[in-house]
Amino acid sequence: MTIAVDARGAGQPSPALRAKRRRQRLTVLAFLTPWLLGVAIFFIYPLIDTVYLSFTRYDLLSPPKWIGLTNYRFMFTKDPQVVQAAYNTLWLVVILVTARVLFGLAVATLVTRLKSGLGLFRTVFYLPALVPPVAGVLAFVFLFNPATGPVNQILGALGLPQPLWFNDPSLSKPSLVMLGLWGVGDLMIIFLASLLDVPKEQYEAAALDGVNPWQRFRYVTLPNISPVLMFAAITGVIAALQYFTEAVVAASVASGQATTGGGNAALLGYPEGSTLTYAQWLYVMGFKNYYLGYASALAVVMFAVSLGVTLILLRRARSLVYGAEGTR
Amino acid sequence: MSAITATTQMSTPNREIDTRGNRRAKRRKRLSFIADHSLGIAVAIMFLAPFVFIVLQSFMTSEQALTGDLWPQSWHPSNYVDVFTKAPMLLYLRNTLLYATLATLFMLLSSIPAAYALSRLQWKGRNIAFVVVLMMMMLPPQVTQVPIYVMWTRLHLTGTLWPMILPNLLGDAFSIFLLRQFFLTIPQEYADAARVDGCSEWRVMTKVILPMAKPGIAATAMFMFFFCWNDFYGPTLYTSENPDSWTISLGLASFRNLYQVQWNLTMAATILAMLPVLIVFFLAQKVFVEGITLTGVKG
Repeated sequence: MTIAVDARGAGQPSPALRAKRRRQRLTVLAFLTPWLLGVAIFFIYPLIDTVYLSFTRYDLLSPPKWIGLTNYRFMFTKDPQVVQAAYNTLWLVVILVTARVLFGLAVATLVTRLKSGLGLFRTVFYLPALVPPVAGVLAFVFLFNPATGPVNQILGALGLPQPLWFNDPSLSKPSLVMLGLWGVGDLMIIFLASLLDVPKEQYEAAALDGVNPWQRFRYVTLPNISPVLMFAAITGVIAALQYFTEAVVAASVASGQATTGGGNAALLGYPEGSTLTYAQWLYVMGFKNYYLGYASALAVVMFAVSLGVTLILLRRARSLVYGAEGTR
Repeated sequence: MSAITATTQMSTPNREIDTRGNRRAKRRKRLSFIADHSLGIAVAIMFLAPFVFIVLQSFMTSEQALTGDLWPQSWHPSNYVDVFTKAPMLLYLRNTLLYATLATLFMLLSSIPAAYALSRLQWKGRNIAFVVVLMMMMLPPQVTQVPIYVMWTRLHLTGTLWPMILPNLLGDAFSIFLLRQFFLTIPQEYADAARVDGCSEWRVMTKVILPMAKPGIAATAMFMFFFCWNDFYGPTLYTSENPDSWTISLGLASFRNLYQVQWNLTMAATILAMLPVLIVFFLAQKVFVEGITLTGVKG
């Protein structure tokens, strides 16, 4: 008899308990409803629709027309500008992200070695990261203006060569990297917090073993900060894949033409297409020329690349989910 | 007597050694301080120099701005007034404030409950939901842009700022992520105590958790506000054909084009665009740094 009651209790909860659970589920649902709608309307639906549209010709005026793989065939064989745009974006992914992570780490390390004024230095190094991107690009195009900019004035006064910077196809991307390094403060803050979190005992133990500075960095510092470096690298790659604002504004301002958003094809990616990015090409093809089917195909490829990068992050996210739970 | 003499004799040289040692240690300390800080100061100058040059430029006359001079011959604060009279900067400012304020308010309304459910309520599928938040956070906006743009066109809202404001009513992935990280730092016991007292979950959130999460909410709101203030991609996509809806970012980018060679006015406008962000940062530095740290360190 008692066994039967127990079995019933385990298999089917009492009505009161069931009511309580239902109430709890409804509470969770109430808290999540706006976000769940957001997931459906701004994530799942457009993701599926983008894949569908990538197989169509679509210009907003007439309904989408199925054309199979034509968009993809055009992208991979007949569009020289997408090759240029993909190359420039890949260049930024590799060079800009690497440079920013290394420089951010160097600046953060420098701050940890300052015995006083840590707060002041941290503020100074962080400040440029706050500058609105458009304002930052305008400032840099002015600073690096070949004829009248302060950088070339100083270089000239020192008897050094005066490059064309944003007006030279081989220097326009490195100039954008310098802008990125000026705004390295966001990474610096994250790295600094991580460096200060490395347990002191580990450094003391290493000192007892008589390690040199490189070994201390390689075997004590690096293992402790590598999750943060990884996070910075992956979010950096995702940001570089959608690099848009700085390239667009630098090109339009350095060329001296009113091409906000890149409407004028001749000036796209000025100088000589060297700053045309993948995100900008998608924008121009889709929302200036209204080749929305082709833009969707470009978006699908971008999704595949960013998904690959995100999956690396999600493998790490396991520790993010449980690690955060452990801090309760 | 002799003992006292001995002590005085002993103590005198001791004190001398102490002072000499102290002085040497102080000198060494001062030298290493200078060595450590000279590199720091050199890098700091590099970080600050762009600000100095653009401020100097913004005070020059239009004639001098055409030259390569670094220092203004005479100071012209009137450039900062000209910025407003020669371009509709007040309209851009109004549009930017409308966009940033409404987007931030809507984001808080929708994202706080979602972040609360993701961090403070127990339910099946919570971890999967968090992975969805991360995926949405990492998704470049371009990937889903075409169908979303088509949607706003159907609603006749392209050309306005609403396509950037309204989605915030349905939650913002980055804000949810950040708020969740903040909520997780609040000990569970406070909420449990309130639940035992018979509070509904909504009351637990609004009366117990939210007051304790104020710094986190402030940081999240500030990030959202600054994101909107700085946003160039969204306004370019939706409003570039309609100058009445332009924000400061768009106005700034075309300002240079209206006054091609007038670097002095362009730099004055650039400074005006930076200023609010820098001021808010100095007023709320602690909250801000805490927020940035939390975005990365928990990873």
